[in-house]
Amino acid sequence: MQTFDLGAHGLRELNRTLHELNGSTNQTAWEIVNPKGAHAIAVGLDAPLDVTVRGSTGYYCAGMNKQATVRVKGSVGPGVAENMMSGAVIVDGDASQYAGATGRGGLLVIKGNAASRCGISMKGIDIVVHGNIGHMSCFMAQSGNIVVLGDAGDALGDSLYEARLFVRGTVKSLGADCIEKEMRPEHYELLADLLKRGEADHLAKPEEFKRYGSARKLYNFNIDNASAY
Amino acid sequence: MSDFPHTPPRFSATFTPAVNAEIRRAAASGIYDIRGAGTKRHLPHFDDLLFLGASISRYPLEGYREKCATDVWLGTRFAKKPIHLDIPVTIAGMSFGALSGPAKEALGRGASAAGTSTTTGDGGMTEEERGHSKTLVYQYLPSRYGMNPDDLRRADAIEVVVGQGAKPGGGGMLLGQKISDRVAMMRNLPKGIDQRSACRHPDWTGPDDLEIKILEIREITDWEKPIYVKVGGARPYYDTALAVKAGADVVVLDGMQGGTAATQDVFIEHVGMPILACIPLAVKALQDLGMHRKVQLIVSGGIRTGADVAKAMALGADAVAIGTAALVALGDNDPALEAEYQKIGTTAGAYDDWHEGKDPAGITTQDPELFNRFDPVLGGRRLSNYLKVMTLEAQTIARACGKNHLHNLEPEDLCSLTIEAAAMAGVPLAGTSWIPGRNGGF
Repeated sequence: MQTFDLGAHGLRELNRTLHELNGSTNQTAWEIVNPKGAHAIAVGLDAPLDVTVRGSTGYYCAGMNKQATVRVKGSVGPGVAENMMSGAVIVDGDASQYAGATGRGGLLVIKGNAASRCGISMKGIDIVVHGNIGHMSCFMAQSGNIVVLGDAGDALGDSLYEARLFVRGTVKSLGADCIEKEMRPEHYELLADLLKRGEADHLAKPEEFKRYGSARKLYNFNIDNASAY
Repeated sequence: MSDFPHTPPRFSATFTPAVNAEIRRAAASGIYDIRGAGTKRHLPHFDDLLFLGASISRYPLEGYREKCATDVWLGTRFAKKPIHLDIPVTIAGMSFGALSGPAKEALGRGASAAGTSTTTGDGGMTEEERGHSKTLVYQYLPSRYGMNPDDLRRADAIEVVVGQGAKPGGGGMLLGQKISDRVAMMRNLPKGIDQRSACRHPDWTGPDDLEIKILEIREITDWEKPIYVKVGGARPYYDTALAVKAGADVVVLDGMQGGTAATQDVFIEHVGMPILACIPLAVKALQDLGMHRKVQLIVSGGIRTGADVAKAMALGADAVAIGTAALVALGDNDPALEAEYQKIGTTAGAYDDWHEGKDPAGITTQDPELFNRFDPVLGGRRLSNYLKVMTLEAQTIARACGKNHLHNLEPEDLCSLTIEAAAMAGVPLAGTSWIPGRNGGF
């Protein structure tokens, strides 16, 4: 394993080093020490690397990740794995707001809680949160799946498109055009897979979840729905 | 009956026929008017300014003989690879989705032939515009439709869009009739639904966050690309200062004349400030920070001629951007299509229902039957011609003012025809030394 001391060498050198690695490298395992809450750690990766951050990070850790697996042995600031394309980001601690925002693919696992706007505008990413998620989560979420083992805050799934939301605990309130939907066999199958990949299959069973999705009533503007906005 | 003459029918200046017609339309439909293009109301504009030209105190340059340079560097503050353009007239961001694929291709062709840049929009980067654009600016918008790191890296610059002049504080709107299979796929949305883009970015709020967001984009692209920040003309002094503070290489400032693919008419006509009022405040912010010419300023909103270009630059802009004018150059609202405009209830020159996707010119549509009429090679040639004419016009004026580069134009070269424009532009009312709002003058 390669070790990179962020405190000694700085952010630019870290990301430059990781960007220069391509799919043929044999230096695939990296450990980043002394992150000290820095922003933009391991952003824009595009190789099958396995990067472990020893400590907590600031904004946008693993932003726009492709292919790489990034593990954070601490908590993360806002926008972890924003716009992720593929690969995986696994956070041992909590996540601040906007976790997984606009993500288009890959898997984001948060073993603690996620703050407000988790999964905002998600576009294909899968998110598994072992704890709770905050208010306005999955606002305008377009596609992908989110699994929440704990509770969801206010206005879950407001103005939702086609993303699927699975919550085991309580939902404080649903946002505009978000409704509870029937759990069908394919959803139990999907959930089982997500729980397994999200390292949560020992913590919860698919039968314990409810599914939420779009009522699709606001997809085309109708003046009679104006009060919903 | 009296033999005295009757008072003739008199229309109200408040309740005009157009106002009453809109009231009746609203009452019948229950929905506000949505349309494309920019504001249609009369505003103080570049037409209210004049150049003074040379005189005894300053001498002109010989037209066609003495050099008057037009090039501009953008992104010299931080980017490893700043952009160099031959002319200071760029093409503003307009989305694939709002515009057809062939229209985007024509913008790339025309801009490249004229030595300038074009810009993506709220729908991601298409192959036709990347392929045909020598210099392509990639917009980073609140919706993040189609956003991906590969396109970030193959862009020549990145424009973080905070707002636009047609609707400062508003999001985007692309109605279902233009969401074709291809548009839907690029935006990860079902076909045929109304697509609304958020008005705020999903993962940052405020100038302190913006600074970190710009840091992230620079890190992803290894500090190579110039990063622009685009704002609508609302609070140009503070927005410019905050964009500079956040680390922008370039500030793009779009006045309320700037167009849109589709927005509420009430928004277009009643929110934001004219570009004439915005430029001096943005320039002052840059000067107060010691960053004028170090952070470049691109202005847009109602730029039509080389005279407009020269006036914007005399007020302190480094370059301008055009949107609506570029579409007109491609063939939008051409009177040659009058019969077809009549069929859809409008007339050439007034057509603004760009959101409906029925554009007979094949520009603001996703209907293959319509957009296949549009020839992107010819369209590109027309745009290139127009850009070159604008540049020649601006050079003509600059030479007359004794300037060997468009960037040497200055406020002292200008006077104003109206008190309003004098106050906004900060140049004297013609025939006086009076700048309203400033002390002294005669």
